[in-house]
Amino acid sequence: MTETVIADPDSGLTGAQLAARHGLRVAGARPSLAEYTRQLWSYRHFIAAHSRGRLVATFTKARLGQLWQVLTPLTNAAVYYLIFGMVLKTSRGIDNFIAYLCIGLFLFTFTQNAVIHGTQSITNNLGLIRALHFPRACLPLSVTLTQLQQLIASMVVLFGIILVTGEPLTMAWLLVVPVLLLQSLFNAGLVLALARLGSKITDLKQLMPFVTRTWMYASGVLYSVTRFTDLPGPAAEILQLNPLLVYIELARDALLASAPSAIPASRLWLLGVGWALLMAVGGYIYFWLGEKEYGRG
Amino acid sequence: MAEQTLATTTAAPAEPAAPQHRIPSVIADNVHVVYRVHGRGSPGSGSPVAALRRIVTRTSGPAVREIHAVKGVSFVAYRGEAIGLIGTNGSGKSTLLRAVAGLLPCERGSIYTAGQPSLLGVNAALVKDLSGERNVELGCLAMGMTPEQVRRLTPEIIEFSGINRRGDFSSLPMRTYSSGMSARLRFSIAAAKQHDVLLIDEALATGDAQFRKRSEQRVRELRAAAGTVFLVSHALSSIRDTCERTIWLESGVIRADGPTDVVLKEYEEFSKTR
Repeated sequence: MTETVIADPDSGLTGAQLAARHGLRVAGARPSLAEYTRQLWSYRHFIAAHSRGRLVATFTKARLGQLWQVLTPLTNAAVYYLIFGMVLKTSRGIDNFIAYLCIGLFLFTFTQNAVIHGTQSITNNLGLIRALHFPRACLPLSVTLTQLQQLIASMVVLFGIILVTGEPLTMAWLLVVPVLLLQSLFNAGLVLALARLGSKITDLKQLMPFVTRTWMYASGVLYSVTRFTDLPGPAAEILQLNPLLVYIELARDALLASAPSAIPASRLWLLGVGWALLMAVGGYIYFWLGEKEYGRG
Repeated sequence: MAEQTLATTTAAPAEPAAPQHRIPSVIADNVHVVYRVHGRGSPGSGSPVAALRRIVTRTSGPAVREIHAVKGVSFVAYRGEAIGLIGTNGSGKSTLLRAVAGLLPCERGSIYTAGQPSLLGVNAALVKDLSGERNVELGCLAMGMTPEQVRRLTPEIIEFSGINRRGDFSSLPMRTYSSGMSARLRFSIAAAKQHDVLLIDEALATGDAQFRKRSEQRVRELRAAAGTVFLVSHALSSIRDTCERTIWLESGVIRADGPTDVVLKEYEEFSKTR
């Protein structure tokens, strides 16, 4: 059989020629990066609605409902305080361990949840993907937005905890806003990349809990990062590049007057901005390259 | 062989229509679709250790099978046409529709479409934990409507779907709906927009007779507005009512393509002898 056959017997054109004459396009072709970004912007209402919907749906079956947005981080903090503060006493050298722990934990949870939900953001929405056409990046971005909304709820709790534990309210607190924005940007890129990976490698979902737990232990959430700076050789240097460690340290610098910061602030800010830009741009392009493959399988 | 006379790869409907007035909306040019199925089920394949090993060794799962579902299909669909797709189970109808919608890449050959085809299938569940109203909002936004349009259309869509006929169901989560109700809501959402090409995959089958009548009416309206409608269905009566052209797929190849009554007769004879 020949590769192309005459599609229209009246005009004697092949399919491709007929398509060209009437301005038809190849089904499911990937738009250019600029065009894709423009499409994505026109779908901003969809992203917001989808993220709002997910937020509502998360606690829809719990009797306490949306209260869990605040209760979950609180319970988490209580458990870790019990284990690491009271039992293992990793708090040595930290004056305000409760506040120290909570900042690390809440910021880490922000990325952790985004990573876990983001990995499944394509596979969990196959019905939507197969039914309707929209830029697929809407889904991972909506996950990031949902997690940001949950972070804002837990931030209110966090500020309460910090004030109650006797930290002064200073102008430096305002620096938390750019820190969280950078972390959100970083998360968005990471989630986009993981969404594509997760749609291809279905096993990633099972692995993610282990990856995030290892990441948590390396991010100085539960103990002081001064333990890392004592490491010999390049090990400490490499650990200090960890983006989550950077964001958590930046937030602690801003919120805690008594934070023992082992890494100079200028270096932290530089790393924070670098990671955010690298991840956001890289993740976005990586996701866009796979655009026409989502929904397959 | 009566089938042989009808079997055609050149997609020429039997009636001699003037070609100048017909504008093609979907062109399938020797399309082959192969898809891969990730087999799950062998014991231990779901454990994290097995998952890690597969990623490290770069093997792809225990049982990935390739299925050559569509083998060299060519046809041209024109504006204002409603085309029925028939064939026994597993003949590649749904796969072909998904390829036309751009959701499955073609292994060989290509599909050209005017605008963006929308696929409406039975498994096109929206978000189960959200209320019907919210699903309408989400679906409409996903089709590219503005928030104002969505606000204006939502009551109409709910009304058309008829889910509120037994109480206020539109504010309940979609997981509480019967399969017929959610199919109706999905159809109503998709039909709210004027599509250049609308692909309907068995979505009308679950509705009751009354809804089927209304949705067939809506399909006719969509066609009248110069759209093209593809309808996959095992209910031959519904194909007969809505489509004047029918394509019969069998094992991934076109067995017949022509006026509905002729093709359906062929198909019915074929089914009887089996």
